[in-house]
Parts: sequence; structure tokens; C-alpha cells
Amino acid sequence: MHNPVSALGGEMFEGFATIREVGPMGMITLRCKMDEKPLATTLKKLGFSLPDQRRISHGKDRSAGWMSPDELLLILPYADVAATMEGLASGLAKTHHLAADVSDARAMFRIEGEKADQVLAKLCPVDLKTLAPAELRRTRAAQVAAAFWAQDGGYTLVSFRSVAGYVMGILRHAAAKGAEI
Amino acid sequence: MLTLQCPYCGVQADETELSPGYEAHLKRFGPGSTPEEFESYMFARKNPKGVHFERWRHAYGCGKWFLAARDTNTLEVFGTYPAQSSAPPADLIAKIKQKRPDWEGYK
Amino acid sequence: MSTRLQKGGRLIDRSTRAEFTFNGRRLIGHAGDTLASALLANDQMLVGRSFKYHRPRGIVAAGPEEPNALVNLGRADRLEPNQRATTTELYAGLEAASQNHWPSLDFDIGVVNNYLARFLPAGFYYKTFIHPRAAWKHLFEPIIRQSAGLGSAPKETDADRYEFVYAFCDVLIIGGGIAGLQAALTAGQAGKRVILLEQTAHWGGRAVVDGDTVENESAEEWVTSAVDALKTMENVTLRNRCMGAGVYDHGYVLANERLADHTPGDGRPKQRVWRIRAGHIISATGAIERPLSFAGNDIPGVMLAASVRDYVVNYAVSPGDRTVVVTNNDDAYLTAITLVEAGLSVPVVLDARAQADGPLPSRARALGIRVETGRGIASVKGGKRVTGVQICLQAGEGAVMEEIACDAVAMSGGWSPVVHLWSHCGGKLIWSETLSAFVPDSARPPLNHDGSAMVSCVGAAAGVYDPADIIAGTDSDGAATAIVPVWMMPQGAPIGLRSKMWLDYQNDVKVSDVQLAAREGYESVEHTKRYTTLGMATDQGKLSNINGLAVLSQALGAEIPQVGTTTFRPPYTPVTIGALAGEARGEIFQPLRRTPMHDWHDQNGAYWEPVGLWRRPYCYPRAGETHDQAVQREVINTREKLGLLDASTLGKIIVKGPDAGRFLDMLYTNMMSNLAVGKCRYGLMCNEQGFLSDDGVVARIDEDTWLCHTTSGGADRIHGWMEDWLQCEWWDWKVYTANVTEQYAQVAVVGPNARKLLEKIGGMDVSKEALPFMQWADGSLGGFPVRVYRISFSGELSYEIAIPASHGAAFWDMLHREGAEFGAMPYGTECLHVLRAEKGFIMIGDETDGTVTPLDLGLGWAVSKKKADFLGKRGMERTYLADPERWKLVGLETLDGSVLSDGAYAVAPGTNENGQRNTEGRVTSTYYSPTLKKGIAMGLIKNGPDRMGEVVELNKVDGGTVKARIVDAVFFDKEGEKGNA
Ligand SMILES: [Zn+2]
Repeated sequence: MHNPVSALGGEMFEGFATIREVGPMGMITLRCKMDEKPLATTLKKLGFSLPDQRRISHGKDRSAGWMSPDELLLILPYADVAATMEGLASGLAKTHHLAADVSDARAMFRIEGEKADQVLAKLCPVDLKTLAPAELRRTRAAQVAAAFWAQDGGYTLVSFRSVAGYVMGILRHAAAKGAEI
Repeated sequence: MLTLQCPYCGVQADETELSPGYEAHLKRFGPGSTPEEFESYMFARKNPKGVHFERWRHAYGCGKWFLAARDTNTLEVFGTYPAQSSAPPADLIAKIKQKRPDWEGYK
Repeated sequence: MSTRLQKGGRLIDRSTRAEFTFNGRRLIGHAGDTLASALLANDQMLVGRSFKYHRPRGIVAAGPEEPNALVNLGRADRLEPNQRATTTELYAGLEAASQNHWPSLDFDIGVVNNYLARFLPAGFYYKTFIHPRAAWKHLFEPIIRQSAGLGSAPKETDADRYEFVYAFCDVLIIGGGIAGLQAALTAGQAGKRVILLEQTAHWGGRAVVDGDTVENESAEEWVTSAVDALKTMENVTLRNRCMGAGVYDHGYVLANERLADHTPGDGRPKQRVWRIRAGHIISATGAIERPLSFAGNDIPGVMLAASVRDYVVNYAVSPGDRTVVVTNNDDAYLTAITLVEAGLSVPVVLDARAQADGPLPSRARALGIRVETGRGIASVKGGKRVTGVQICLQAGEGAVMEEIACDAVAMSGGWSPVVHLWSHCGGKLIWSETLSAFVPDSARPPLNHDGSAMVSCVGAAAGVYDPADIIAGTDSDGAATAIVPVWMMPQGAPIGLRSKMWLDYQNDVKVSDVQLAAREGYESVEHTKRYTTLGMATDQGKLSNINGLAVLSQALGAEIPQVGTTTFRPPYTPVTIGALAGEARGEIFQPLRRTPMHDWHDQNGAYWEPVGLWRRPYCYPRAGETHDQAVQREVINTREKLGLLDASTLGKIIVKGPDAGRFLDMLYTNMMSNLAVGKCRYGLMCNEQGFLSDDGVVARIDEDTWLCHTTSGGADRIHGWMEDWLQCEWWDWKVYTANVTEQYAQVAVVGPNARKLLEKIGGMDVSKEALPFMQWADGSLGGFPVRVYRISFSGELSYEIAIPASHGAAFWDMLHREGAEFGAMPYGTECLHVLRAEKGFIMIGDETDGTVTPLDLGLGWAVSKKKADFLGKRGMERTYLADPERWKLVGLETLDGSVLSDGAYAVAPGTNENGQRNTEGRVTSTYYSPTLKKGIAMGLIKNGPDRMGEVVELNKVDGGTVKARIVDAVFFDKEGEKGNA
């Protein structure tokens, strides 16, 4: 088996905040009504817990993010995706749902440092002060779609893979030394 | 630069996070409809100065379409509600009537 | 002369010298100076030339309202034209050059226009440069371009960085004077999230200059403690050097922060645009002093009275040794007092009013200053500098009573509240007879999203000037600030004087011009503005609008409120384009979508073609090859051996659920529900009007699941289209979709050797029997997990292989490595086009343009007649789409083998009502076919399919025509044997 390659091979940038491309990361788009009974139990069995509206819930090495009233983003180790897809297929066999492996369709970034929030404030039309803990915010970063949440003293941001280079570019620009707000 | 609250995810979304989708509550006319019906569905659009019902999609957010009642003149937003509605909710109608007594209704 | 005073200057640091140049001359200023104050300190009053008459122009103001002192600032990659000297902070090494003159500031040839002034009246351009039409291009425009224009545009790439920041607050206050600070204190103490902006580098506004008393303290002390108090509040953000540029819908405000304008090259962004969403906006933007209209009021040395004070108090700069003060209000007396107290001479205060007995005039008289009431200026003497004034009765016609020598004139016609931000989003104004000014009508504010007032004004912006009132939030002393307006000085001035009274200094609009416009029938202030260019310069009429409006209303015999104001539009002061672009330049101007194989293409010489936001290789030219030659090589190699195409940009959407088949039957014109698992089918999508919108191959994955391929760049649109119908029309249908376009890299392995390569790599059975045409299979190839589709857009034996994107580059590498022995070569989009055109396959966007139906393209076989309904079915039934005369798809073959021009029209006999040749069709795709060694084309021709073999004429770029025969659009392998192999 060949090793998967993330979009930017782990590129890093040190400005007034640190930007790192991380991954490859396992990700599954799961479309399903949140109140379907088997959903919560299946997720639980697979190490996830059902998040509330606009929240991300973290398990041991995996998270479940609320993307829309009928969409979750499951984040997990890349190697566990196939088994999890199988677990979803069997657990939700009788439930109308769609699960798709999107691990390779995404790029993930970490924005770290005391002023990490300023980097996002320059790119996203989002009031970060009113962001709840564990809130997953879908928005745009400059000209592309993005989702982010606060985690481990910084932020984790997810974008589409094809624009990873662009996203790295705008993050570098926003985090450049001397550009602190 | 409007802000509209998405009724699905609750975000007070910036206009740049939304995409517009013209008039709400259009009735689709398919095969078998008269030319007049088809024209009304395809081409006849309201363009009022005042209360208007519109479709918006939370494109850079949860991706859901929703509907909004808005005054095209003052830009006051009376409310937003899910796209899965065949008519505006009664409490929204009441609110608009109270604020705009001369309003003739959404039909 | 203007000079630096020995003492004072609250903003300058005399211990820090800043050397700078003006028109190459080395000058010295101090830290804390503005460029304008430093120029004045060096006796440089003349700073530019006016736009039309090239008259000498001096510094008039001390702030953003300055119309004259515009300079080219910096050089090369930091050159900026039209920078206001009055708002430019001085720094060591600053380089400035005056604008709008040739060959030099002191001697300007364009000034000849000045002597022609009476031939250059209002509307001159409209009246003169009309006939003959040809003269525009060859005579008028070149001359106007040569002599017009403000400053010179930079030619080099901007060396600086810019950025945006999004901010949110309950209360946004714009203006850091007493009123703004007080509003911030109130809101901050109430626990609101507050942002307070001040356009200058300093807090306090006018009060600190004028030495006002605020709450029993000096304004200076009050401001210091207010700012200190605000800084301790966590809920308050203070930004100076940050101009509130515009107010937009729903509390949205743009502000322009000048971070490093005064410290160029220090590594910080030069400017930052704040995109603020505020619950409520308080405009504390102050007021701007009005000039008076007297003859010669544009001669360098004539300045606004309060600005003269600014220079003396803030920068210890005296604009002149002997300054005549001319006014219609008490405030200007403070200028006279300030000058005298600084040891300068004020020969006289000319007050247009009959009486002046307020506290300030009394103080002036007590200091021994000569005060003449009921007097005005008949004319200012001087050329490049004021040398004196002639005094007359304000009530008269300008008979000179006395001439007084002076080198500066300080004028005040009263104050205009800065109502721009109030007005940007529709706040209405009301004319205050007391203040002789437009003030915000608080009964008609701009509205927020909830219908509440979005903006309120405080302080001078609301016409409230007394600090006690501002602090108390009252408006008690309208009487004390009452103004009896003086719109013309003297009031009976004859034409000779009126044609020397400037309203708009930058655009050279005079009282006589506005009066002429009125006589010529211009009644609307908006029309007059455009006709005379009043207020249309870069200062947007901050000084000229009210005076011009008053002159117009008098000329029309109407009241000022009836004539109304022109529209206030953002930005309040000009914002450089770089700031508005923010981060979007260079590499990150626009998102560039890269496939997993992007770097390989780049390293292998790809010539790129943009496809949506993607970049796709157009071809891979080798050393010495033209693009055409590369394309031909790629076509022949693919037809004869093996071509590899990066098809990753193809849209891929999963559609799943119990109602998915039903849903796809509505979406596609043909049937998809009956597609067998494991099979593929080509499908068409139309919009509701029946016009073709997208096409692609659909694969049935399992009982509940389909995978829909869309065109490159169509994926997001089609996914959105699906979601629209599922969410808004058929919301009870059980269908989910997921756009997985980017999850997979996709490679088309195309050509007679395609199977040989895959068999060599091994891992799954790709034989004709195991994987026939239009089927797909999951498996592995060379250890990579793949899904292989037997589909073909070239007519060749072809496998489209999807592989997780993270393996895409490695898989692509392997295909090239292992395929070398079979003649594998990459091919680009142009080769793809030639291959598909040779086969007569349509391309969305080439054969379609939003007005073409599947039937027009001969795709009736893909339009179901059985289905009761699908999107576009009703639209297609419209009578005009059933017209047999419609242009329909055919092949076109030139008789001489040449390649038709893209988009060429088929000409028909006769002409239309515009005298243009009639047409009967057009070319939609045209290529040189290296396979057939001749030009081939597809086109839409009137009733085309019934005219096989007929010859039509198509126009050429050179004006001639070329003959072409109508043929079948399939040029190559008509039986389709190669693809089925
Ligand atoms: Zn939403």
C-alpha cells in the first residue's frame, strides 16, 4: 500500500502566529437526520458522540462536527476510515443516510499562538468573541469556504484540498510578522 | 451588506456568506401547464418597493436554502424561515401587517 | 511669509528633525508635523496648480477637506499620487512633488488657460468638444489627456502589503473629539462593546486646539483622562489614524487605518481596511469650516480661519506675518486672538455683520485688534501669494474703501456639520435656519435590519458646538452659534468680481459658473454639479458644496432646502485601491484550484489554461514545439498509442437514497432510475426553460446510490442545483447528495495501448469481457485502490480511473513510468477538444450557450419521451423551441480544407433592417484535425440536418467568406469500433 500525501506535505509558517498544514486526516461526511435513533448509538459504538447544533464533540482521537441539520463531519485517524465506513454502513443499514469518505477532499490547518484569533479575524466575517467553546463555524476564509473551531489553545481550520495552497497563502499573509492588530 | 439569520444553523450570516435566489413561494408549473401558467412560473417576477419574500442560501455556511421577508426599500428584515414552507408563517405575516398596515399580503 | 514660530506647537517635537524634499528641494521639519505644516514652516505656500486654469494653489485647510495641497508622495514602488499634504504625517526621508503643472510649479504653461477663462465657462467640455466627431479621437482627447489629470499613476508594483480585518461591536463611534470620546465613555461604562475611530493621529479634535474648557478642565486634560479611562476598558477598542470611510446596510462600516503611511517599509501592512458590523453607529465627525466667496479667494495665502489656528497651535507655524481675518461669525475672532497672542500681526478683522459684540469680538477688541463690521473683501491682491486686500462694504457692490497690505487672509463663512456618514445609507437632512447649515434630521435616520435608527450624530456633526452641551447631551445655545449666512462678498458684486470668486478650488468652479448654469436652465443641484463639475474633484466638494448650492438657490430664486443637496457617497476621503484589494493580489489574488497532479504538470512544461478556478494543462509543448504542434503530436499519439489525461477536475456527486432514482429521472432528460448496477450512462441536464446546462456520465453504484459526473467547473453549480430542488421543491423525497469531486484524482488512460498498460500494472481484470464499454468496476491497480470506468470522450479505447486524491500524484507517476514502453504521453485540454470534435461529441459551453436545447444538438435520443416530467420538459414544449427552422447541429467541412474561424457566422442572402448581412448559423467548435489532416468544425445551421451536402458560406475575420459543406458531425470512426474494443 502506498502512503497518502496531504495537499501541502505539512507546510509550516512562523509569523506572529504559527500556521501548520496537518494531515492526512481521516474525514467522513455523514448525511442523516440527527434524530434518527440508530445514529447516536452507531456513532457511540464508533467512538463519536452526537454534537449539538453548530458544535463539535471530541472523543479520544476523533471528533464529530455539526455541519448542517442533516450533515456531520467525522474526523478520525486516516487509517480508521475504512473500518468506520463499514461500521456506519452496518449500523445505519436500515436508516436513510449517506456516508462518504472525504479525507482526501480536504486540507486541515492549525493556527497557533496567543494571537491566533487575529489571523482568523482578518479572513473570516465572524465575530470570534461570541464564538462558543466547541463551536464549529462554517464560513468563508477570504474567497473560499472554510470551517474552523477552537482547539488546544489554537484553531483548527478545514478547507477544500484543491485550494490548500491558496488557504496557506492567505493564512501566511494574515499571520505575517508586523501585521498584529 | 445585509445580515440575515439562517433559520437552520442560527448564524447571523453576513451577505458575503449567502447567495441570493430570487423570489420565494413560486409555484412550479411542469408539463401540461398552460403557456400563461408556465410564464408566471418562469418569467413573471414581483419587484415591489416594500415587503418582499426572497430565497437565500447559506452557501458558505450550512448550505441550506431559507426564505426571508424583507423591505426592499428600508432593508428592514421581518424574519427568516425554512424553505420547506409553502406559505410564510402566520406570526411573521402578523408582524409585517403590524409594521406595515398598508401591506396587501404576500400573494 | 509663512514660518516656524519660536515657541509652542503642541504636536511637534522640536528635538527631532525630519529632512524631506519637495520638488527635489531639501527641507527640514519636525516629528509631529504634517507635510503641510512642514511646507508652511519652510515658506512653501504654493503647492500646486488648479485642474482647469492651472492657477497657483496654496494650502487652504489643515485637514481632510484640503482641496489644493495634493502631492505625488514617495517614488517608484511606493509612489502615490493625490496625497493630501494636510493629512500626511511627516517622516524623515519623505519625498513629495507637486502635481498638475508643466514644466514647473512656478512657471506653468497651462496657466494660459487662466487668461482664456472667459472662453472656458461652465459646461465648456460639453459645449466645445462635440463636433467634428473625428476630432475627439485625434485632437481633443490627446490634448485633454496631456493637460488634465492629477498626479502621475505609479508604474511599478506596489511594494506594500494591505489587509482586511472584520470587527464587531455594539456601538461604533467615528470621530475622536470631545463628542466621540464622551459617547465612547457613556457606551463603554454601560458595558457595551465599543469601537472608537479617529482619522488623525491625535485625540480631542478642535477643542484641544481652541483651548476649550470641558467639565471645568482644560480640553487637553479632559481628553487625556478620557482616553486613559477608555484604554482601561476591555470592552472598548480605540483606533486612531483610522478613517470611517463609509456606512452601508445593516450597520456595516468600512474604515481605513493608515498603519505605516508615516513609517514606510517598517514591515507592517501599509493600510488595513476594517470591515465593521456595528449594532449602532455614532457619527461624531465634527464640522468643516466654509470659505467665503470673494474675488481672489483662491490666491495662495487665503486660508480657512480655524486652519490658521491649527497651524499656529499644533505646529507653531505662522501662515503669514500679517493676516487679515474676514468672517461672518464670532469663531474666527479666536484666530485673530491666537495670532496676536503668538506675536503676529492682524491688521484688521473684517466682519460682514453689522454688529459683533460677543465675548470673542470683545476679547479681540480688548487686545487692540482693529475690528470693522459691515465690511468685506472686494478683492484679494497678489498672484502666487497674497499681497493685500481691498476692503468694501458688504452691503455694496465692491467699491474699494481701503487697501491693506497683508500676506495671509483667514476666512470663515461658518461651519458645515460633517453629515456624510449619516447620509450614506439614506439619513435625511434638514436645513437649520439658525445655523445656516444642513443638519441630520433625527426623525428620518437611516434604518437598521430591525427597523431601528442605525446612525445618530453627536457634537458638531449634529450642529452642537458647545462642549457643555456635548457633554450634557443638550442643545441649549443655538443662538450663540447662530450664523447669518454670507454667500457672496460683497452681496452686490458685479460679474467682474463674481468670475474671480472660487467655489471649487480643485476643479476651478466659480460663482459665475454656477450662476451661468442656472441661467442655462439647470435647476437640479445634481445636474448642476455634473455640468459645472462643482464638487466632483477628489475632495468631493467638502468646501464647495454648500456655498455652490447657496449660489444656485439664489440664482434660481429658490430656498436652499428646496434645491437640496447632492448625494453623499463613500468613501469620506479617498482610499487607495491597494487597501480595497486587501490581501487579494499576486499569488492570492484569486483562489487557484490545483489537482493532485498540478506540480507534475508544472514541472513537465504544461502550458496552462484556466477552467473556472482550476488550471488545466492546455498542452505540454516540448523544446522547439509550438502549441499547435504539441497539440497535434498529442492527438496523434493518443489515437495511435497511449495518452494520459488529468481529468481530476471532473465533477463527482454521489446521489443516494430510496428516492434517488426518481430524483435523477427529474434531473436528467433521460432515464437514470433503470440504469443497472455496475453500468454507466451518458446524461443531459436542462434548466427549466429546456436549455442544456450540463452533461456527464452517471454510474449506478448500488441499489440506492448513483454517482453523477459533471463538467469541470460545473460540480458546485450542479450540486447546488440538486440541493435547491431537494430542499425547496421535493423536500419529502429521501435523497442525500455529497459533492466528492475533490476526493478523487481521475486519470483518463486513452488509446489503443490503454488496456496493455493496465494489464501490465495489474491488480484487476480490465479485459473487454470483464469490463466492457460503459461499465465500471472497483479494484486495485499497481497496489492503488481504484474505481475504473470504461467511458470515452475521445472515441478511443479508454479507461477513466478514479483514485483517492492523496494517491493521485503517485498513481500518475506510475502510469507514465510503466506506460513509457507503450508510448504513453500526457495530453492537455486542447487535444481533448480535438479528439471529441473528431467524434462529434458536444462540449457544454461550446455547442451550448444557454439558448440551445438537446434537440438542437441532435441529442433527441437522450431526451425521454416516456417520462411524464423532468426539469426542462415543459420548457422544451414551447412553440418557438419546436420551430423546424431552428439552428441545429451539423458538421462543417471547408471545401479548401482550411480551419474555420471560431464563432464564424454562416451568411445568408439579403440584409436585415440594420443593413447587416443576414445569417443562418454559426460555428461552435473548429479545429485542425491531425487525424484527418484538415479543418473540421461543428456548427448550428438553420435546419442543418435536412441540408446535408449543401454548401454554406461562413465569414472570416478578414471580411471575406469561406465555403463549407454541411456534413455529419461525426468525422472519425463513425461506427465507434475503437471505443468498444
Ligand atoms: Zn445556516
